[in-house]
Amino acid sequence: MAGQAPRTLFDKIWDSHVVERMPDGTCLLYIDRHLVHEVTSPQAFEGLSLAGRAVRRPDATIAVADHNIPTTNRRSGIAEEDSRLQVETLEKNVAAFGVPYIPVLDDRQGIVHIIGPELGLSLPGMTIVCGDSHTSTHGALGALAFGIGTSEVEHVLATETLPQRPAKNMRVEVNGRLPAGCSAKDIILAIIGRIGTAGGTGHVIEYAGETIRALDMAGRMTVCNMSIEAGARAGLVAPDETTFSYVAGRPFAPKAEALDRAIAYWRSLPSDPGAAFDQTVSLDVSDLVPMLTWGTSPETVVPITGRVPDPDQFTDPARRASAQRMLEYMDLTPGTKMTDIPVDVVFIGSCTNSRIEDIREAARIARGRKVAPGVRALVVPGSGLIKKEAEAEGLDTMLKAAGFEWREAGCSMCLGMNPDKVPRGKRSASTSNRNFEGRQGPGARTHLLSPAMAAAAAIAGRFADVREFS
Amino acid sequence: MEKFTKLTAIAAALPMANVDTDKVIPSRFLKTIKRTGLGKYLFDPLRYNPDDGRENPEFVLNREPWRKAGILVAGDNFGCGSSREHAPWALLDFGIRAVIAPSFGDIFYNNSLKNGLLPIRLPRQTCEQLMADAAMGGNARLTIDLERQVVVRPNGEEISFDIDPFHRHLLLEGLDDIGQTMALAPAIDRFEERRRREWSWLPSTTGA
Repeated sequence: MAGQAPRTLFDKIWDSHVVERMPDGTCLLYIDRHLVHEVTSPQAFEGLSLAGRAVRRPDATIAVADHNIPTTNRRSGIAEEDSRLQVETLEKNVAAFGVPYIPVLDDRQGIVHIIGPELGLSLPGMTIVCGDSHTSTHGALGALAFGIGTSEVEHVLATETLPQRPAKNMRVEVNGRLPAGCSAKDIILAIIGRIGTAGGTGHVIEYAGETIRALDMAGRMTVCNMSIEAGARAGLVAPDETTFSYVAGRPFAPKAEALDRAIAYWRSLPSDPGAAFDQTVSLDVSDLVPMLTWGTSPETVVPITGRVPDPDQFTDPARRASAQRMLEYMDLTPGTKMTDIPVDVVFIGSCTNSRIEDIREAARIARGRKVAPGVRALVVPGSGLIKKEAEAEGLDTMLKAAGFEWREAGCSMCLGMNPDKVPRGKRSASTSNRNFEGRQGPGARTHLLSPAMAAAAAIAGRFADVREFS
Repeated sequence: MEKFTKLTAIAAALPMANVDTDKVIPSRFLKTIKRTGLGKYLFDPLRYNPDDGRENPEFVLNREPWRKAGILVAGDNFGCGSSREHAPWALLDFGIRAVIAPSFGDIFYNNSLKNGLLPIRLPRQTCEQLMADAAMGGNARLTIDLERQVVVRPNGEEISFDIDPFHRHLLLEGLDDIGQTMALAPAIDRFEERRRREWSWLPSTTGA
């Protein structure tokens, strides 16, 4: 439109989905894709039943169980009663409301944020929601994707819309050539370390710059996945040739002439030159060192060459007190070299890092080596299809020969809702997204890091600098 | 949703920043298919001794008179983390109807509004004053008047707060916003029609 002010990628997706603008600025936003899982949906379906409402657009909705399901002996069902009830409730609800569902024993089953992009259900320019905060993952495709609560799940099921107030625009520009040993996970940990867990609150983050452009889709998804750990409900990467070639050929993606029309539209989405951002942050990664966390908040990052910080270095009394509590929970002594900290459990998986690229990285480090005695190491692919692909490449054989356990797809040890848990007091090197107290099980001590760094920790029996493993 | 108009209650201070939703209610308690009964799990990691499951006598909600607290005054970034609506459900089931903090996790903030739990953003210094009030316990109740958008301190001082008019209206009337949106069905129909024309490439989930 001539004379229109330059707009960001977020503005464009937002504007194209406004059904109605209310006087106070709240917009009724149309939702293109609704992903449903077993944990945050039962009360929403119950609400629909009680009000006698139907699902407005079953054809925009898809359901899968991921949080509760075991990652071994899948065929013998779910032993934990409350977990089984949640999955059975989902199955009953999707049948009653006519919502498409991917069954637990289907090869396409997996973590909801893995299978959306993998199946071509998540596409550029879309609005995508799910009752899970890591919905931000899908933003890597150039879609506006954000997590919602159960009341909002019910709202979307009933109306295919959500009343929302527009977020602010934040641009995180990442430049520099990513050094060997570093990955997308190290980039996003460095960003969260810089801006803090509330740095993106109220904003949607657009990740830009040459380093982001050079990332493959798996890496972009890892970055966008942890936007919520920086407080932002959504992360975005402008769609480009990397995106289009990723999307082409996926089962649900448009094909042939429809794909051409879609791509022509997607090319109009990147932020206009001169578009205004409320905040801009720049990061040069040329000198980045592999990162990991030491505390119980994702912002507590430190390079692998670093040491456990001393709480006295924080001048703010609240931050000092919080650091003290974290060190106590994590059972760490200030000044300890990160590479001197032993690990008990290694988890490679979750919606952050369970794609084929992540498993290849882990296998590259594991190949011809052995998991250290006393360390339990799990590799959990993000979907049944990733599992098959990894097996076709022989990655499972390599990992198993090194002493890793090779599992079925699911959320697994990310969040302690299924049999995979970190025991109380044990220290975990985890490729997941949250190191909150008790996240991987009551009393579990979680350190976040990349798949290569996690594999290196499994081999060394302590945190190790993956750059020494090539 | 229960209406929120005016509340006078005992306030409990939780002077910690970044209280994440896993602290409000750990994920192992999310395996429910109901909204009720979650109050006993509220703040489980802080409230109970991990070794024997007994109450931690130091924790504010385990002490009189704050066992009956109806308002929570917390630190920065309260409710960061997951999208679980079980967090506001657990707070409400315990009896807390309002949380006052300098800032909130975005999803928690929204989830609270949908459930009649009022999240109030006030500057950090003000929150610290209110925490000091809260420490006085039963003799120092706080009042929250949503109609007038003020928090009234025990000394009578009024502190005004912001909330968007849309949610204020829903809270005051106890309205279900799905019903409100359904009244806009014709606009949604028109939008969908236009999209079918312009975005005919958009795939449905019913056939790959």
